Amino acid sequence: MIALGQFLEVLIGGLMSGVLYSLVALGFVLIFKASGVFNFAQGAMVLLAGLALVRSLDLLVANGFPIWIAIVLGIGFAAVIMAITAWLIERFVIGPLVNQNALTLFMSTIGVTFVLEGAAQMIFGSDVYPLRLFPTDIWLLFESHFPGGILVNQLDVWGGLIAGILVAGLAIFFQQTKTGRALRAVADDHMAAQSVGIPIGWIWFVVWLVAGLVALVAATVWGTKLGVQFSITFLALKALPVLIIGGLTSVPGAIVGGLIVGAGEKLAEVFLGSHIGGGIEYWFAYVLALAVLLVRPQGLFGERIIERI
Amino acid sequence: MAIGGKQARENKTRYRKNGLNEEESYMVRNKLLLAAAILSGGAFASPAAAQSEQFIPILSYRTGAYAVNGVPYANGVADYYNLVNERDGGINGVKLLVEECETGYATDKGVECYERLKGKGPTGAAFFNPLSTGITFALTEKTTTDKIPIITMGYGRADSKNGAVFAYNFPLLGTYWSAADIAIQHVAKEVGGFDKLKGKKISLLYHDSPYGKEPIPMLQVLAKKYGFEFTPIPVTHPGVEQKSQWLSIRQNRPDYVLVWGWGVMNGTAVKEAAAVAYPRDKMIGVWWSGAEPDVQPAGDQAVGYKALMLQHGAGKFPVHADIEKYVYAKGMGASEPGKIGEVLYNRGMVNAMLGVEAIRKAQEKFGKKPLTGEQVRWGLENLNLSEARLKELGFEGMLKPIKISCSDHEGARDGRVQQWDGKGWKIISDWYTANQTETEPLVDEVSAKYAADKKIQPRDCSKES
Repeated sequence: MIALGQFLEVLIGGLMSGVLYSLVALGFVLIFKASGVFNFAQGAMVLLAGLALVRSLDLLVANGFPIWIAIVLGIGFAAVIMAITAWLIERFVIGPLVNQNALTLFMSTIGVTFVLEGAAQMIFGSDVYPLRLFPTDIWLLFESHFPGGILVNQLDVWGGLIAGILVAGLAIFFQQTKTGRALRAVADDHMAAQSVGIPIGWIWFVVWLVAGLVALVAATVWGTKLGVQFSITFLALKALPVLIIGGLTSVPGAIVGGLIVGAGEKLAEVFLGSHIGGGIEYWFAYVLALAVLLVRPQGLFGERIIERI
Repeated sequence: MAIGGKQARENKTRYRKNGLNEEESYMVRNKLLLAAAILSGGAFASPAAAQSEQFIPILSYRTGAYAVNGVPYANGVADYYNLVNERDGGINGVKLLVEECETGYATDKGVECYERLKGKGPTGAAFFNPLSTGITFALTEKTTTDKIPIITMGYGRADSKNGAVFAYNFPLLGTYWSAADIAIQHVAKEVGGFDKLKGKKISLLYHDSPYGKEPIPMLQVLAKKYGFEFTPIPVTHPGVEQKSQWLSIRQNRPDYVLVWGWGVMNGTAVKEAAAVAYPRDKMIGVWWSGAEPDVQPAGDQAVGYKALMLQHGAGKFPVHADIEKYVYAKGMGASEPGKIGEVLYNRGMVNAMLGVEAIRKAQEKFGKKPLTGEQVRWGLENLNLSEARLKELGFEGMLKPIKISCSDHEGARDGRVQQWDGKGWKIISDWYTANQTETEPLVDEVSAKYAADKKIQPRDCSKES
């Protein structure tokens, strides 16, 4: 029989993990929402941002900088690296492909993935680099109600808070700012946006920059959890079912999709996996995604696109 | 690193100008060399394979999810081959021709590397060492057909210990079944004896791959014999997300958790254990879960974590001094100098040394010339490294004597346990020897089934010499 305490613990833990997946998924959503490009390189951008941050942080601390100054400077350095990356991608990859079909743009981001992974490791190193920006201690809640209490990791809570702030900020950016509205126009139709005077090159630079900064935020949380290392790129695979469920164009959808995937896969692994050999959570997330696709192909919050013939 | 006075001063000046210290500059140079090698076709070998050289392929992974562990191992292998060439002029004058092939720990790429390299050099590949149990499973039949030995030191198929059936597989120094037995011996010692194992809960947190699954049959046998409750818990590749597994462990509260991980899975396991307050000193990793990259990222959370040793641990021995003198002083080293002597670097060196000594042994019978894989197989099967020979080689204190035979392709099955104290690994146990009365029946049973399935007539080892 399943104990209620254990069920709640797994559920809460799953929801928290899902929010961390959402941090990565948000980068995908941003670029797709603003440029219609499915950015396969988002996982590699998290790696690059994380390596730039942790290596600069280590260097600054080793040279006697106080930790808080080192953190600010390290984040600034990583942000500059992501800005340079955004400019290079816009200038040499996406820019020349204006008006090409979506598949061409998608394939180009696969190329960007390999270049970023290789360059990031060649420049910043390929070891595991510890990063400790957030507390990783645990809270045990409701100990009087459940034996052993319900375990919640403080890092997960920080991840949730950061995701909430990001979503609010991005919602304001897209809805309330001129640049945000221009981004949405570009996503709808590159050529039409250009014809009304929207500088498409600048807009794409901005969107890749914002996605890069979101990747940096994701790297701070995941780097604290795992250490900054190549395997962080695999998070992109965890974000895919989140995107399918939440919808490729919805920022809140990325959060809700993350919650569904996180809770679903953890509950399945703990309570179902033990009966069928375990190791099911990776593919179970895709089962959830397929189930959503059957009912709502555009995802729970995605835009239904109707094209007139 | 031994650098002469004037040269050292010049180097220091150059490093300062570049804003890099000596070690970083060494890394940059090596990366540029590596990049150049990759761009020029991925080979470290000279363009034309000389007819008098012995070809040895290195299947490595310097990229991807497992590079953190693959790089130091590959560096140890490459440095030892370089040492043999630079210090000794090769094996009895036969220089080693080495080519590295990147597998990324992927079975398909491993097979591709095998097919590309098996026929290189004047006599083909001397042997293969894929550093992957998955690739080993995929290559076992191919290597038998091609008559090329496959050395799987401390990994691979446990049943291939039986050389009568697996003529070309050499799981030297210890199989996973030996490792499982040693781990349970250590647990028994900690709880006060084998009789105290009854009723205890022991979980296996394993990489969900052929590697991670390999110890399960042996642990099931041991669980039945000693009466402990055994629970295998899989972790999907690459192992970055283990919250479900550790929440289950928190609920079930096993007395011990054995960790059969690789790459990011190991460090994540340690961190997740800390996150659910599972005591690290009740975790025992296999010898592939007990290197510096597995614990250093976890910081203080890793203190107390234990792991088996494939005989050797970290540290420097006389052979390291030779490597520094003959390889690094000439700027030919593969590693950052500060990482010489780490656990996986040393393991790569040991692995390379055993292969070199097998070739040397085979030369006694077949002559001082490049040998075929089939001839090297004979050398492996007749390898006998005494304590005196290990001392000559500079491995005294790292390894115990090893003797391979037709019926015993493992050769030795000894291990110890080490514990991470936050700064380094400390050896905390005496030597254990895997109990063959436990492992042998399973080896016989599973290898006999393999022979029947593949229609292999086992060799009569009493007639082999």
